[in-house]
Amino acid sequence: MSDDRSTDRGASEVEPAHPEARPVERHGDGEPYPNPGIEPHRPRPTDVDDKADRRVERQVSTLFAVSALLTLGFCVAYFAVDKYSAWAGTNALNLVLGCTLGGALLLIGIGAIQWSKMLMDDHEVVELRHSSGSSAEDQVEALASFEQGAAESGFGRRRMLRGSLLASLGVLGLPAVILLGDLGPLPGNRPRETVWAKGVRVVTDPEGEPLRLSDIQLGQLVNAQPSVLFETDEEGEPLYEGTERLNAKAKASVILVRIDPADLVNTDSVAKGVEGVLCFSKICTHLGCPISLYEQQLRRVLCPCHQSTFDLADGAKVIFGPAARSLPQLDLGVDEQGYLIALGDFDAIVGASFPEMTQD
Amino acid sequence: MAGSAHTGDMAPADGAATNGAATNGAAAKRSYGPLAAPTRWLDDRVGLARLARQNMRKGFPEHWSFMLGEIALYSFIVLLLSGVFLSFWFDPSMTEIEYQGSYVPLRGLEMSSAYATTLDLSFEVRGGLLMRQIHHWAANLFLAAMLVHMLRIFFTGAYRRPRETNWLVGLGMLQLGIIEGFAGYSLPDDLLSGTGLRIAEGLMRSIPVVGTYISFFVFGGEFPGNDLIPRLYIVHVLLIPGILLALITLHLLLLVYNKHTQWPGPGRTNTNVVGYPLLPVYMAKAGGFFFVVFGVTALMSALFQINPIWLWGPYNPSEVTAGSQPDWYMGWLEGALRIMPALEFSVFGQTFSMNIFIPGVALMGLLFTILALYPFVEQWVTGDRREHHLLQRPRNAPTRTAFGAAGITAFGLLWMAGGNDIIAIFFGLDVYAITWAMRVLVFVGPVLAFYVTKRVCIGLQRQATETALHGYESGIIVRSPDGGYSERHVPVSPQKAWALTAHDRTEALPEPPSADEHGVRAPKARVDRVRARLSRFWVGDDHHKPTPAEVQEAQHHGDDEHAAVEEDEQFRGISELGVPRRH
Repeated sequence: MSDDRSTDRGASEVEPAHPEARPVERHGDGEPYPNPGIEPHRPRPTDVDDKADRRVERQVSTLFAVSALLTLGFCVAYFAVDKYSAWAGTNALNLVLGCTLGGALLLIGIGAIQWSKMLMDDHEVVELRHSSGSSAEDQVEALASFEQGAAESGFGRRRMLRGSLLASLGVLGLPAVILLGDLGPLPGNRPRETVWAKGVRVVTDPEGEPLRLSDIQLGQLVNAQPSVLFETDEEGEPLYEGTERLNAKAKASVILVRIDPADLVNTDSVAKGVEGVLCFSKICTHLGCPISLYEQQLRRVLCPCHQSTFDLADGAKVIFGPAARSLPQLDLGVDEQGYLIALGDFDAIVGASFPEMTQD
Repeated sequence: MAGSAHTGDMAPADGAATNGAATNGAAAKRSYGPLAAPTRWLDDRVGLARLARQNMRKGFPEHWSFMLGEIALYSFIVLLLSGVFLSFWFDPSMTEIEYQGSYVPLRGLEMSSAYATTLDLSFEVRGGLLMRQIHHWAANLFLAAMLVHMLRIFFTGAYRRPRETNWLVGLGMLQLGIIEGFAGYSLPDDLLSGTGLRIAEGLMRSIPVVGTYISFFVFGGEFPGNDLIPRLYIVHVLLIPGILLALITLHLLLLVYNKHTQWPGPGRTNTNVVGYPLLPVYMAKAGGFFFVVFGVTALMSALFQINPIWLWGPYNPSEVTAGSQPDWYMGWLEGALRIMPALEFSVFGQTFSMNIFIPGVALMGLLFTILALYPFVEQWVTGDRREHHLLQRPRNAPTRTAFGAAGITAFGLLWMAGGNDIIAIFFGLDVYAITWAMRVLVFVGPVLAFYVTKRVCIGLQRQATETALHGYESGIIVRSPDGGYSERHVPVSPQKAWALTAHDRTEALPEPPSADEHGVRAPKARVDRVRARLSRFWVGDDHHKPTPAEVQEAQHHGDDEHAAVEEDEQFRGISELGVPRRH
């Protein structure tokens, strides 16, 4: 950084250095008024009145002293206030710690600013600006140094050396990319599959109770999950637990709804249901939010994230909003014990679209 | 100046190494207290005095709007301090455990370690809730301050040469700040932030051709998986803060090198900088202001609850809360996602989800591309490539101000659209009608804002000329002998007159001739014509400040008609009774 006070390139400095720079201002018209120059310094009350000066000094010291007291109060409160107690419906310890700490900091800040405004010398300093670019001399010398260095290295002259170095450096980019390969598995068929399969029971969420047709009233909507999420293997270990269970749920969550068959308009959709009980994916085809707002009278569901609206009576077709695809529907059946089961996986992609979606 | 007087006597460092006693010379004779010896020790090794001499008394101009960037800087420091505290207890792990802490409603529930340790930070660690809330409030403040600081730079033309580089550095920090904020509020793995991550997964999947792969690589497989929170954590606490720190350093170094801009005023010109010296006034004010920012953040965290994650519950992909909203700085993208129509198509087996990609991914890229290019486009169109150190009042660049107003309008409308469900419930309106209105308004609103703002700016320019030439209205009505009434005007002070007119006269570029005198077409004629036309659009309507001739004429005019109230040193305006007030 160059010396700020250097005046050798001072006032005439801001002439355009860029070759394309062109002055837009018409200097011929001139300034309408003369520059009156920096206003004379006006003394503050504290500059001329000793009493005022001492008063401000006392004021600022008081601010700092109260700040110190608040900080001590913070330390006392840390030990004295029970962390589980509540005052006025809020966490007491948080309230006391925050108010003492905030107050202590604020008072230091206000004190310092008051000190600077009222007591510190308030004469402004004037400095000349320098052009941000370097001088022509510097440019010439820098270029000469660079050229000398470049010539001594032989980088420009030895073409084979240069080419092989650049090639070897360039190839180094490959491992940098390849090494990230194990960040995740390749998608494969995973985005198309869910844990739903033929014979998997549709059970309530979160209790895991199997459902009969008679459990669902006309107009009712029931949140459901596949029964496998609640089952255990021979050793009593859950089939799905922890994040694996969350991953499964992220695609398998469904809603069951019972609609008067007379109101159903989509024959394909009707065929997949049982006596007007239909099972749709709960995962929005826009960005994967669970669709949770049910408008019973209109037989519609609405996604609370971006308001995509699906008509359950018409195969969960999109009737408003940014979603582009209907909610996937599960083929429903009833097993020997009369419980609702899936007859297979979904008929379409669950959740947000992806580029390979339509490929086989 | 006291500083330079004593450093001037300092001997060079190599002399000090051989003969310490002699070189201490004049400096040693003065008493600098207990710090003198260590300071000299350090100076002998790193040459501090040279740097200090150049910068200790550096002047910084003052204006309230120059504090906005400071707020951003200080809230970043608050973020570092509170963030380090949080990291001592927070466990960025997605391993599902059963909660057994003191918050009864969630006891016995399965949740990730990340969520459980955030609950512990809120309930078991004393001061943990305060630090969590300070961290979140400071993050909101950080982004708000950066955004408003950027608008200040934009509307006053402070990005013009030689500060274009710093404008780009600032934009980089704003973008990183948005990503950092999103990564941060996703870490607790609560129901609200998990929903945000699910949306983020959908946005990644919408990227043409490579989307599925990107989402699988980021999430380490399918959503939500085991890997995301630990990965976001390292991005949030190391990668982005590290880059931000480097950029902040660069930002401030460039600020010092280019010196701060200043408002035009008496004695304040393009070739000087007038302000209080770094030591002591600016340092005390800025240091004090840091404590103010920290203090206010702490008080807000004591009094206003933010992100009570225990109310949202642990993340569960089959649950969501109605009225889910991201933090404010993501609101405009959320709004864009909500009002975008369902545009999705497949070509050659590739699905293009433009309903997601355009608002969710491309829009942010578009905004920042426009912002990054703006200074260069403006330079090209106006042909003004001079160095500018004086700020412009927004009215004196009507087209730029109008563009800015259009941008703010678009941002604001998108932001409102991001709360269309809240608006619908609050005002009892139809959410679909609001969405449709926003689809139209987001295009119409900015155009309206552009023209209204431009006219307002030009009106204000005219008013400034009027005030400079004829003074301000005194409220004194004078009846002339022939019965006419007129109002006396009082001339403004020379300082005010100068400040009102201390800006450039902007001229549109001349229309280039399409051919020279021999009828040969200029090679770049078409480009130049477009440029000239654009330049007319840009500055052609600007009102110009008066010329010296106009000033003379106005003074003449004032002499006969208004018998203007004389203004002198003691003059303090006009009282309600029309009597000049004097000091």
